[in-house]
Amino acid sequence: MIEALQYEFMRNALMAGMLVSVACGIIGTFVVINRIVFLSGGIAHAAYGGIGLGYFFKFDPVLGAIIFSLASALGMGIVHRKTRQRADTIIGVMWAIGMALGIIFVDLTKGYKADLMSYLFGSILAVPSSDLLIMLALDIVIVLLVMLFYKELLAVSFDEAFAAVSGVPVDAIYLMLVSMIALTVVMMMRVVGLIMVIALLTMPAAISGMLIRDMKKMMVLAIILGILFTTTGLWLSYSLNLTSGATIILVSGAAYLVTMVVKSLLRRAQAEAKS
Amino acid sequence: MAQPSTTETPREVISVQHVWASYDHEPVLEDINLSVGELDFIGLIGPNGGGKTTLLKVLLGLLSPTRGEVRVMGQSVKAGCQYIGYVPQAVEPDRDFPINVWHVAQMGRLGKRGLLQRYTAKDDKIVAETLRSVEMLDLRDRPIGELSGGQRQRVYIARALAKEPTILLLDEPMASVDPQVSASIYDLLSQLNERITILMISHDMTAISSHVKTVGCLNRRLFYHGGKQLTPEMLELAYGCPIELIAHGVPHRVFPEHDVEEARR
Repeated sequence: MIEALQYEFMRNALMAGMLVSVACGIIGTFVVINRIVFLSGGIAHAAYGGIGLGYFFKFDPVLGAIIFSLASALGMGIVHRKTRQRADTIIGVMWAIGMALGIIFVDLTKGYKADLMSYLFGSILAVPSSDLLIMLALDIVIVLLVMLFYKELLAVSFDEAFAAVSGVPVDAIYLMLVSMIALTVVMMMRVVGLIMVIALLTMPAAISGMLIRDMKKMMVLAIILGILFTTTGLWLSYSLNLTSGATIILVSGAAYLVTMVVKSLLRRAQAEAKS
Repeated sequence: MAQPSTTETPREVISVQHVWASYDHEPVLEDINLSVGELDFIGLIGPNGGGKTTLLKVLLGLLSPTRGEVRVMGQSVKAGCQYIGYVPQAVEPDRDFPINVWHVAQMGRLGKRGLLQRYTAKDDKIVAETLRSVEMLDLRDRPIGELSGGQRQRVYIARALAKEPTILLLDEPMASVDPQVSASIYDLLSQLNERITILMISHDMTAISSHVKTVGCLNRRLFYHGGKQLTPEMLELAYGCPIELIAHGVPHRVFPEHDVEEARR
């Protein structure tokens, strides 16, 4: 691993993993406790429509992804707020349409499009320094927003009705949250790819949630876990010559399963000790 | 505004006039009229789907009535809801939600601290006091998912009280609580009623009628005459079925008997 650090791409990759872990830990915690994993998946896949659009009209696909993911996040967010029962259906529809639009636009685009796979599976080993700066800026925005609106975000997540009665602008806070999810999703897409975004958004936070019952500490632990998983995944990818996005996800997944099994064994042992 | 407190008659804290409300164009509340006076302790009972929770939502401003007017402390619902402490239904929460007793109770101070404002030392003091008043201060660091139903209900009451409300609204407060615990919560509510107006809804009519000051029935329409006793006529109107079914086959005498049982305990 140490020898790998002499390469700039490896240093950038590790850096990207850390920056992504910060956003994932914080936003992932909200995604997990609000049970909006599916909505986040919808946002991620709708973003693909923006990438296709970017290719077709020859502008930066990342910009297209940001626009599409923000628009779909706000759309799904509003749908989720207004019509509770059918929200999952509508999210599923937007998920599929976004993806299909992306594919059609890419089909229609003539010429070079080899880079496309990097949006599906990520390209953490090819993250340029300029992207690192964008990620850093996004991390700072997320940390600031969550710090400023922490008590409102906690209240809306825990008990929306009570928050509304207390004068919290519930709709605005919720839409701010889905917008933050959208930006995080686009940022992560560069690292682990569209298909695995959800894994990195949910697994560190979910593991953290199994171990800790305090939202702030849950975020911090999720960040630490994220850094641990991306670094370990990168090391495995380097030493075994495997796709980095996949190794990162498998490390996270293994950790998730181990935590779940250990926790249920502990719970069983506790129950037996009591009886 | 009904401000003066020097007058003989208790002032009206909630006024509901000719209120109609519906969900998806399906009317749930029809022509509701209710006047809640200061320090009332009103229990509203009714069958499930009878509009009990809808009425609370209207009072809290979470649902706009299609017709009619609601005034809270002489003000619109939007302005008046700052005076209302709300205790939601005691349903099983998300056990894994990462929050402890203290932080739940602290939410009661949300209304006093706007966006970008932090909770102050005064807030902490009030939260500590309310948690002590419901005997939950010792468990302040306990995650909410690890509490029993009764403990959780006490925390929710503390949260509502931390708002320093004039009116307390409770939605099925005893739903997931065993009888002994619910007796102790009723005791707590009776104490609180010395300074706070209480309006609660429940489908458990026997328990409710022995603890509240006045009782009414709600099933789309409200049958409330400011009396302590539920009359068979009210029940029959509200439930639309003979009272024997509800009263365990001991028609008409069931409430006094239950009172005696309660006194023996």
